[in-house]
Amino acid sequence: MIRRVSIAILVTACFMLAGLLLLAWRPSIAPIEPPSPSSFSAELVAKGEALSAAGHCASCHTQPGGQLFAGGYRLNTPFGAIFGTNITPDPKTGIGVWSLEAFTRAMREGVARDGSHLLPAFPYYAFTKLSDDDVRGLYAYLMTRPAVNSTVPANTLPFPLNIRAFQEGWKILFFRSTRYQADPSKSAEWNRGAYLAEGLADCTGCHTPRNPLGAEEVERAYTGAVIEGWIAPALTEANPSPVPWTQEELFTYLRTGVTSLHGATGATMTPVIRGALALPVVPDSDIRAIALYFSGMDRASARANDVDATTREAVASSYVSSDQAENDPNADRYASACMSCHYNAGPTPLASRPELALNSSLMLAEPTNFIQVVLNGVTNTATIDNTQGARGLVMPEYGSSLTDGEIAGLAAYLRRTRTKYPPWSDLEKKVAAIRRESAASR
Amino acid sequence: MTTFDLNGKTVSVQSPDDAALLWVIRDELGLTGTKFGCGIGFCGACTVHVEGRATRSCITPVAAVAGAKITTIEGLDPAGNHPLQTAWLELQVPQCGYCQPGQIMQAATLLKDFPNPTDQDINAVMAGSVCRCMTYIRIRKAIKLAAARMRGDTSHD
Repeated sequence: MIRRVSIAILVTACFMLAGLLLLAWRPSIAPIEPPSPSSFSAELVAKGEALSAAGHCASCHTQPGGQLFAGGYRLNTPFGAIFGTNITPDPKTGIGVWSLEAFTRAMREGVARDGSHLLPAFPYYAFTKLSDDDVRGLYAYLMTRPAVNSTVPANTLPFPLNIRAFQEGWKILFFRSTRYQADPSKSAEWNRGAYLAEGLADCTGCHTPRNPLGAEEVERAYTGAVIEGWIAPALTEANPSPVPWTQEELFTYLRTGVTSLHGATGATMTPVIRGALALPVVPDSDIRAIALYFSGMDRASARANDVDATTREAVASSYVSSDQAENDPNADRYASACMSCHYNAGPTPLASRPELALNSSLMLAEPTNFIQVVLNGVTNTATIDNTQGARGLVMPEYGSSLTDGEIAGLAAYLRRTRTKYPPWSDLEKKVAAIRRESAASR
Repeated sequence: MTTFDLNGKTVSVQSPDDAALLWVIRDELGLTGTKFGCGIGFCGACTVHVEGRATRSCITPVAAVAGAKITTIEGLDPAGNHPLQTAWLELQVPQCGYCQPGQIMQAATLLKDFPNPTDQDINAVMAGSVCRCMTYIRIRKAIKLAAARMRGDTSHD
C-alpha cells in the first residue's frame, strides 16, 4: 500500500516537474547582426539616455570604476551573489546580437534572447509597465554605447536556485505582465511620477520588504526593507523623519543627494542619485513628478505644519555644554568627536552640517544605519564626486577609535536626546554584528 | 595608488588604501605641519580641510579622499597671512604650539559656517580641538578678531 502511494506520489511529482519545465520553455530568438548606431535616430537615442538615467540601469550594470554597462556589479542577496550582466552591444559578451524583439521580451517577461529565464533581481516585473516607445528608446540608447568585451563572474546561487527553468515557478506565483495604467483621478504630473517610479526607477525594489521567496510583499509596499546591511526607509507615512518629505524636499534630494532638513544619501542609494537621477539628462519635470508621487504617498503636505518649530528644536539639541558633557560620558564623547561637525545654530541647519535630530538614521526602529555610518564613515573608494553623503563631505571612520560599547553608548544617548522614540535594544550586540559583517565584506 | 589635490597640486601616493591620511601627508608627502595627537579623532591636532571642510586626518583613510582637494596648514594661505594666522600672531596665542595648526584649520571652517560666531558657536565647533597648554582664552579672542576682520568690521581692533 505504502509502496503504491509512494510510486503514485513520485509519478505525480515527475509529471509536475515535466509540466513546469514545459511551461518554462521559451523559444530562442535568432541572433542578428549588431545594428549600426546610425540606424537609430538621435532623438530616440536621447530619449533612451534620459530613461536609462531615470531607471539607473548603470547602478546594477556598471561596476564601480568599471566601463559603462559592462556588468560585473555584485549584488548580495539572501540566495547568493548575483552579478549584473554586460548590456553593451558586444556580440560575444553583451547584447550585441539581440534584436529589438529579444530586448523587449527581456524587459517585459524576463526572458533572455536564448530563451533562458532571467532572475527577478532584474526588475522585469517593473519594466513590463513601460510603453513600447520607451522600450524602443532604451534599446536605441544601449545599442549605440561602446561595445565592451567583458565576461562577468558566474552567480553563486545554490542548487536548485541555479536552474533557470525554475524561475517559471516564481513567475507563475508572482508575476503578471501588464502595462502602466494611468489613474484618471490624478494629475498628469502624478501619473508621470507613478509611471517612472513603478515602471522604470523601481523604487519598490529596495523600499518594499520581500517574502522568503524573494518576491515583494505587495500589501506592505514601500514600508522599507533591509538592503545590503542598510535600511532603505519607508516611503509611506511610516517614514520616521521628523520633517515630512514634501515635493520640494524630495526634488532637492533626488537632484542633489542632500537636503538640510533630512540629511544625505548613503549606501546603495548614492549611485541611484549621483550616478543616475541627478544627471542633467533627466529633466527637472520628471524628478518633480517622481517627487510629487512620493510626497503623496507619505502624505507630506498634510503633515507639514510645524516644520519650523521642529527644525528649531532639532538645531537647539545639537549643542552640548561642558556642564552637560561632564555629567555623561556619552555626551562628552559626542562633544569631543562629533559636535564640531554636527553642531548647528538656528534657524535652519546648514546642509554641510548634517543635523542628527532631523536624520532618519536615529529615528528608524533599528540602529543599523547609524551604526554603519559611525563604524565605517561616510565615503566610498570611488572619486569624491560619488561620495556617499553630501557631495565632497567626508566623515571619518570611528570603528578603530571607539569600542562596541562606546558606539552603543553614543547611539543610546543620541536616540534619547534627539528623538522622541523608545530606546533601541541590544545595541552593543548589534554594533558587534555590523562590525563583523563590514569586515567580512571588505 | 591614490591621487588627490594637495594645496593646489595634484599628487599620487603609493601608501595603501587604508593608510591614514595623516601619515600620508606627513611621511610620504613630507608636510609636517599637521600633527599626531591621539590617533582616534578626539583631539583635533590632525585637522586638515577636505574640500574646505575640517576633517580629522588620523582616522580618514587616504582612499576616502581620492580625487578630493586637501588643504593643510601649509596651504591655508600662500604667504601664511590668513586672518586667523595674523590674529594668532598678534595675540600671541600659541604656547608650545603643537595643537595650533589643528586649531587654526578648525577655526577656518568655523568662520566659513559662522562668520559672526557667538561664544556658543565657538564652544561647539572648537570642542574637539584640545590644547594641553590651555590657550583657549586667547584662541577665542583670536577667532573673534579674525572674524571681525573677515567681515570688514574693524571696530574690534
